[in-house]
Amino acid sequence: MSVKAEPGPGDIRRTGASKPLVEVRHLKVFFPIRQGFLVEREVGRVHAVNDVTLGIEQGETLGLVGESGCGKTTLSRAIMRLVDPTKGSIRFRGEDITEAGRRRLEPMRREMQMVFQDPFASLNPRKRVGQIIRMPLRLHGAPRDEAPDRVRELLRRVGLHPEHANRYPHEFSGGQRQRIGVARALALEPSLIVLDEPVSALDVSVQAQIINLLDDLQDDMGLTYLFVAHDLSVVRHISDRIAVMYLGKLMEVSPAQELYSKPIHPYTSALLTAIPIPDPEANRRRGRVAAGGGGTPRGGVAVVGGEPPNPVDPPSGCVFHPRCPRATELCREVEPPLARYRGGHLAACHHPLNVSREETVATTRDPSSPLSAGDVLPDGAAAEGSLGTS
Amino acid sequence: MSSGPLLTVRDLGVSFTAEEGVVRAVDGVTFDLLPGEVLAVVGESGCGKSVMAMTLMGLTRFPNARFEGTAHYKGLELIDAGEEELRRIRGAEIAMIFQDPMSSLNPVMRVGEQIIEQIQAHEGVPATEARERVAQLLDRVGIPRARDRVDAYPFELSGGMRQRVMIALALSCGPSVLIADEPTTALDVTIQAQILHQIQSLRDETGAAVILVTHDLGVVAEIADRIAVMYAGRIVEQGTVNAIFYDPQHPYTWGLLGSITRVDRARPERLPAIAGLPPSLADRPEGCHFRPRCPHEFDRCRDVPPLVARIDGDDDHLDRCWLPVEEKRERREVRPGEIGLGRKPGAAAA
Ligand SMILES: Nc1ncnc2c1ncn2[C@@H]1O[C@H](COP(=O)(O)OP(=O)(O)OP(=O)(O)O)[C@@H](O)[C@H]1O
Ligand SMILES: Nc1ncnc2c1ncn2[C@@H]1O[C@H](COP(=O)(O)OP(=O)(O)OP(=O)(O)O)[C@@H](O)[C@H]1O
Ligand code: SF4
Ligand SMILES: [Mg+2]
Ligand SMILES: [Mg+2]
Repeated sequence: MSVKAEPGPGDIRRTGASKPLVEVRHLKVFFPIRQGFLVEREVGRVHAVNDVTLGIEQGETLGLVGESGCGKTTLSRAIMRLVDPTKGSIRFRGEDITEAGRRRLEPMRREMQMVFQDPFASLNPRKRVGQIIRMPLRLHGAPRDEAPDRVRELLRRVGLHPEHANRYPHEFSGGQRQRIGVARALALEPSLIVLDEPVSALDVSVQAQIINLLDDLQDDMGLTYLFVAHDLSVVRHISDRIAVMYLGKLMEVSPAQELYSKPIHPYTSALLTAIPIPDPEANRRRGRVAAGGGGTPRGGVAVVGGEPPNPVDPPSGCVFHPRCPRATELCREVEPPLARYRGGHLAACHHPLNVSREETVATTRDPSSPLSAGDVLPDGAAAEGSLGTS
Repeated sequence: MSSGPLLTVRDLGVSFTAEEGVVRAVDGVTFDLLPGEVLAVVGESGCGKSVMAMTLMGLTRFPNARFEGTAHYKGLELIDAGEEELRRIRGAEIAMIFQDPMSSLNPVMRVGEQIIEQIQAHEGVPATEARERVAQLLDRVGIPRARDRVDAYPFELSGGMRQRVMIALALSCGPSVLIADEPTTALDVTIQAQILHQIQSLRDETGAAVILVTHDLGVVAEIADRIAVMYAGRIVEQGTVNAIFYDPQHPYTWGLLGSITRVDRARPERLPAIAGLPPSLADRPEGCHFRPRCPHEFDRCRDVPPLVARIDGDDDHLDRCWLPVEEKRERREVRPGEIGLGRKPGAAAA
């Protein structure tokens, strides 16, 4: 066990060059839980986002993944200022918008757009799709006669037929509604688009089309994306970096490719091995579902088992420890800081995977670590026993 | 387990009158659902999977909708059954997990009450017992703090948790047919495995049959027995899981399988996708619906290819493509473990 001093000015950005477009510091979003019959009182708080520090660079795509309920949507909504942070700060283009009111946010709304996870709930059922897409254009003063052309062009870009503009949202399939959300977000040519599960409802071919489209738009217009997904197979293609979240905290932040070849955190590694393979024979050999998803490693696959965590009363130490196959006494007691590995790869784990002894010895505590994390960095000896994945 | 099919669907057609014309969302869909089997329905977004599934539950009877064909369940004709009869069956005999959890849960009602309501509508159990059952169900589908969540409102739950509530609701009365429309789309892979396991145990314990609508071919490979591939309202190919994955006959199926991104493979420069758009269902191409996007299209494709067995000795593998079987096997691109859309012999590489 080694305790290392805080390094010099470090940051979690991909390159040190420019200021990130979005900067989130020690952000916490807690939801009160109230109970009681006549007089409601607060009996606890859901720790939806629990001390997250993160930067999104202009023009990059940051993938955000993690299991259901870990706080991805809440973090996204906080960045969009659609939910109020409990603590911490959010900056957009260097300007602190944590406390900004409606008036100050107004001009920024045009620059930040969001594609919502639940496409149906976010589309007004009484408006035709053309009107829905036109709305942001109108609000922000686009000339009236240009709008219809623009709507047709946007529909075409997301793979819908221009004549669909006259339909109501309920007349579309799930995947089509999702694309309407994408078209609406693109309408104003914003600089940041937060995409909350934008392709989970789409078949693989349309998924590929949308991802290719987002790729092209990024090249054409220099867009910045925060791309939220719950599984790792989708985000790989589009992301420059990927952040893995668990129970309101960041577990790992890595250059995209490296996350797949070299997952450092046991949770990431579990997520990777749990991805179903579209090959019946290979699956039969693996037996992921046969194992009940319940932890018993079968056919060499360990699916994360154990009780799903409780965000009201998060576990002590490393929040992942109750479900982690590598957990030790240390993990139960001390919260691991985000340690910085080679190439700007960060991971919060006392017993990292896939890293050599030298690399482990050279780690430093990243300043984006939660304030509650200890100073204990993984020592080289622990790395010896690394379970290789792949 | 009885021998005959649980559900027999013949030439099912659903059209909607919309401003742009008549939208033919489902066209000549025919299949049998056997007890204890998992039939996966896959296909392009917007090809009619949900409309087909909801029609079986009598949930697409909009004023602008028209129906053709039949769907028999235990002697009952579902397509023109009365509302009263459908209500008796819905939830108890045939249950559905909806693609859109938010619009199918009542936003102003606690999630537990919604499930209790369904249990009590079909079984005369006392409230306390129903409540206990709900807590157990929520726990079974992997909702943390299940006992507290009985009293939560839908907006207090994350997207994935709402989906799990829907799944608990569907399982609450032990149905004999479960129609699951994208049940695990909103869920991460670890919870997904749990849910699929539960669907499997429902099947194993009660012999229930499952229609699983999904675009996740990994999930299909894992739990389906048979697959129906849909394109623009029609089933274009149908067969066992192995037949579809390892000997696919329809060029759309090749394209679909070829678009899969696999984390266990190198990352391609650009994701492979089938070029072009699916047809507007109000203005479909004559003949084979895939024709405008198919690199193998020829004269004959202007006639509608019937869904029939085309491989000698395999009566269960059906498809709608005019190409001779040998030709198909030659043209599709097969790399180890991968299938591609292929191209017409002599055509330049894309
Ligand atoms: N308005 C709210 N009131 C109370 N709790 C909430 C509220 N919104 C979210 N939560 C809780 O906060 C946690 C994080 O929710 P969030 O929607 O951010 O998760 P997520 O990562 O987006 O999950 P999913 O993948 O299922 O969409 C969950 O435990 C959820 O129940
Ligand atoms: N009420 C309606 N009026 C007009 N058209 C409709 C209506 N409902 C659905 N449609 C159209 O019918 C087609 C089939 O829709 P359906 O929801 O079944 O697609 P799906 O295969 O489930 O797609 P996804 O994978 O995106 O959910 C779509 O093209 C849709 O636009
Ligand atoms: S810190 Fe410990 S419990 Fe947490 S992921 Fe690493 S090994 Fe597992
Ligand atoms: Mg979410
Ligand atoms: Mg659907």
